[in-house]
Amino acid sequence: METVPLTHILFVSTALFCIGMYGLFTRRNLITMLMAIELILNSVNINFVAFNKYLYPYKLDGIFFVIFIITIAAAEAAVAIAIIINQYRTHQSIDVEDATELKF
Amino acid sequence: MNASAIIFYAISAFLLGSGLLAVTSRKIFRSAIWLLFTLVGVAALYFWMDVNFIGAIQIIVYVGGIVVLIIFSIFLTQQSGKEMPRPMMKRTVFSILAALFGLGFSYNLISNYGFTANATTPFNVSVSEIGTQMLSTTSHGFVLPFEVVSMLLLAAMVGCIVIAMKTPEQKQSAIRPVPVQPEMPVNIEELIITTITKKETPEEV
Repeated sequence: METVPLTHILFVSTALFCIGMYGLFTRRNLITMLMAIELILNSVNINFVAFNKYLYPYKLDGIFFVIFIITIAAAEAAVAIAIIINQYRTHQSIDVEDATELKF
Repeated sequence: MNASAIIFYAISAFLLGSGLLAVTSRKIFRSAIWLLFTLVGVAALYFWMDVNFIGAIQIIVYVGGIVVLIIFSIFLTQQSGKEMPRPMMKRTVFSILAALFGLGFSYNLISNYGFTANATTPFNVSVSEIGTQMLSTTSHGFVLPFEVVSMLLLAAMVGCIVIAMKTPEQKQSAIRPVPVQPEMPVNIEELIITTITKKETPEEV
């Protein structure tokens, strides 16, 4: 178990974060930008679990942070998709360049 | 290098490869399927780190919930066989540079820090332990964030329904493309003022 050092897990999560960042910068479609945000949130969760397991194995704080982040990410995805569907209904487009008047 | 390390590197390669394909694929439906593989890879990483409960939550919430929601919204809003337009060359180059710089900078910091792993105490992460601590009201309990996040979920649910609901005007305009504008009443301010004063005067007497 201890043959894999903590830095390798952190490298994987940093790489996943940068992949999500690249997707957020290049994509212009709202749904694919939402997918990139999900990748970023998952990389943060990997970090929390790895720190909890390797540095503070007698506590459970990282696990609780992961549970709450997953809950909030689910709520955030639901609200974002509701907004996207409403925007498609009024503008017939979900490109982020067309979302210039996003108000009720 | 033993079997555990080999499994870790295989999971990581799978995770990063499918994540890269999820953000670069130009067909949006394939992109969603690669995202699903990435999330399954993250769940496998949780199982590798012995946090089985979090791995199960990851599969239930992300793979069973969010990806299905994303696929539904793709079917509602896009022609999924069509390719998305290629991003601008300048934007792609600068995004790659930013991502690589961020990766190099962070990894430099991480590798120079030198974490000292605490290998003496075992990692006890049973479900009963998590449940007891989540609902305990002592100084290390998490019952207040639990209640707050339940209120947040309720608010998000109500908000989603309100945002995505069709208003009566939209339903009317779906049937009749050019809605007839009703004529404005002429002296609406006078009407309001008179009603307010009519309401207030009996109370004063």
